[in-house]
Amino acid sequence: MSALRILVPIKRVIDYAVKPRINKTQTGVETVGVNHSTNPFDDLSIEESVQIREKKRAPGGVEDICVFSAGPPKAQDNLRNALAIGADRAIHVALKEGEDLEPLSVAKMLKLVTEQQKSNLVILGKQSIDDDSNQTGQMLAGLLGWPQATQACGIEFGAGDMVSVTREVDGGVETVRAKLPLIITTDLRLNKPRYANLPSIMKAKKKPMEKKTLADYGITSERRLKVLKVTGPEARQGGGKVEDVDGMISKLKELGAI
Amino acid sequence: MASRPQLAPVLRRLGRAPAHLRRPAALQQSVSLPTRCFSSSRPRFFQRTAVVAKSTNFTTETYPDIKRDSRFAQLTPEHVDYFRGLLGSESAVIDGVTKHEAADDIEPFNSDWMGKYRGRCQLVLKPGSTDEVSKILKYCNDNMLAVVPQGGNTGLVGGSVPVFDEIVVNMGRMNRIIDFDEVSGTLVADAGCILESADQFLASKGYIFPLDLAAKGSCHIGGNLATNAGGLRLLRYGSLHGTVLGIEAVLADGTVVDDLCKLRKNNTGYDLKQLFIGAEGTIGIITKVSILCPQRPQAQNVAFFGLESFEQVQLAFRAAKGQLSEILSAFELMDEGSQALVRQVTKNPSPLEGRYPFYCLIETSGSNADHDGEKLQSFLEDVMEKGIVADGTLAQDETQVKSLWAWREDITESLSHLGGTYKYDVSIPLKEMYQLVEDTRARVDAAGLLGDSDEFPVRAVVGYGHMGDANLHLNVATRRFDERVEKVLEPFIYEWIAERQGSISAEHGLGLMKKKYIGYSRNPTMIGLMKNIKNTFDPKGILNPYKYL
Repeated sequence: MSALRILVPIKRVIDYAVKPRINKTQTGVETVGVNHSTNPFDDLSIEESVQIREKKRAPGGVEDICVFSAGPPKAQDNLRNALAIGADRAIHVALKEGEDLEPLSVAKMLKLVTEQQKSNLVILGKQSIDDDSNQTGQMLAGLLGWPQATQACGIEFGAGDMVSVTREVDGGVETVRAKLPLIITTDLRLNKPRYANLPSIMKAKKKPMEKKTLADYGITSERRLKVLKVTGPEARQGGGKVEDVDGMISKLKELGAI
Repeated sequence: MASRPQLAPVLRRLGRAPAHLRRPAALQQSVSLPTRCFSSSRPRFFQRTAVVAKSTNFTTETYPDIKRDSRFAQLTPEHVDYFRGLLGSESAVIDGVTKHEAADDIEPFNSDWMGKYRGRCQLVLKPGSTDEVSKILKYCNDNMLAVVPQGGNTGLVGGSVPVFDEIVVNMGRMNRIIDFDEVSGTLVADAGCILESADQFLASKGYIFPLDLAAKGSCHIGGNLATNAGGLRLLRYGSLHGTVLGIEAVLADGTVVDDLCKLRKNNTGYDLKQLFIGAEGTIGIITKVSILCPQRPQAQNVAFFGLESFEQVQLAFRAAKGQLSEILSAFELMDEGSQALVRQVTKNPSPLEGRYPFYCLIETSGSNADHDGEKLQSFLEDVMEKGIVADGTLAQDETQVKSLWAWREDITESLSHLGGTYKYDVSIPLKEMYQLVEDTRARVDAAGLLGDSDEFPVRAVVGYGHMGDANLHLNVATRRFDERVEKVLEPFIYEWIAERQGSISAEHGLGLMKKKYIGYSRNPTMIGLMKNIKNTFDPKGILNPYKYL
């Protein structure tokens, strides 16, 4: 089996524990002054790549784990954290604050990266939790003409470059098999991401991080879709409290319930 | 964004979910506690429910040596009529004197949340104003009716529940925010405000309540003052003796003490409000609070690390104070014993790969996450390079912040899941803080009570606590009740603490549980003075009798 060269694309998103707020102009979600973190699905991709290496699951071994992110300057923190968890090197494509790419642009860029890095396995989150597109992995597979296994909850390596992937589907799991090179997108039950420990956080600072721009890949951040308006779900009508039984009865009468 | 809520349940199964999502029902206590147990800080996630096991023994059965004070009158239907007329509203009086079917409604007011104390109260009053509190107390004082002031009833020492048939005066209906000064940060509120509600109100104004504790979802701020609650933010914001600017309280005879000062400075005469803070309702009922609230920090960072010895813990603490000074908001200590029990119960993977005798959790709060993060990181690198810290990790996102905190906060609940626990909440000079755990462990072991298999009654002797405040929680986790254990522990622990001028109750107060041990921490002159104060404010002794002194 050929040695694995894994590419892990990640995205910096609003921390999933933060409640998103819609901005005043109703064009998107407020991102200024809000905590950000790595997309949780991408945490799983990083963890899985590192586990494949550590547990020697691939017969051919893992030659390289490269993390990639196109995002604001702060995305480098997320890349450093991925390096601390065990990736070998990182590529950061600098976007301006507020600049956002559509899945197709990302897929086109990833196609070039995959070719340049000679990757034979791309593991990416099935979707990012900010726009929930769930398209990038599939588009990348299409552009590259590679097989894809989406929503993976288990990955096994066999002889002759064969990879079996267990996927979560409605009503159960499905196991698919494909030959490298391959695109895998991760789902929540794939693994439990670890905490980066201090020595590796320190070591990660010395790992190489290449800095690129969109122009290096011939991509622009031009959008094909136009956001007309972003609105939140209707606010829940809060319940009321009554002081005592009399209050309860008069309230019920008022509502015409009795 | 649509998937965020959908994500939560799935992540929950993964054990990475925010702590508050993960908790309920996961660790319900199934083993009965030894009849006497010393409890510690309640886990933050505790939400009080009114479900109280009816099987709990009456306090009078557990402590047969406490006798009802015969000077107190028995409740009669006439008394109840007076209160009904006074308070008007049907919901303000829960009457078990004339209506026997009200017994179930009264039960939650009669018992504490741990199911350790249960009184025989028959009347609960819920006044809606200071004036009503005043009239209630005047009537009780005139008629020799004993009273137990009650807030959220979340205490750990049995101070907020009756012993015999004392009337419960519950402050729950007095729950208004009265005033907030957005410039100075001074909050004035009714004593019955729930801590979390007050904090949420302050959050909307960009401020924070200077107190945070496990029971915040149900405890009242008046109760917090009455018990001088310590909690998780003490290291940063100091004790309530400093942050409280003024109070309004009602004395036993109905006199309203109006000291609702909103000023930071007021050097005019004795600072009487300080007496009410920590008095546990024995000299008056606090009805309103004026408190200085700090600006809410914009950024919080958390680090968790492992250390090889208690000497190194102290070095790390000094280094943290030096390098993180103004942003350090918590420095918590946990020993391997306590973490092993959390691992055993929660089955979560440990944040660190190796095992170390001690772990510390550091939290910083500040105005700029990047600045704080850099500071924390350079601190960690420094202590790492100097060999003070053996290993560690830094929370990368909110979820990790919460799950790292869970390793500290889950201790209490994990212990209770495994069996009864003898808990001691003590304050000892830092240098010798952990020595108490080691000495106690050695003593229990020497008595042949400590072991890994079922034949030994004691599972583990562990220590954890607020390192920043020199406050240690010594816990002795047992498999079953065995009176030999108690004999080994007491009075050994109290004497050990007294020898070092420590405190036998650092933050939980005295209540009923520690009344008789006050002598280990206070000398007879002090106790005499305290009794004088009690007699001055409450000459007939109707307020919270049988407790405190």
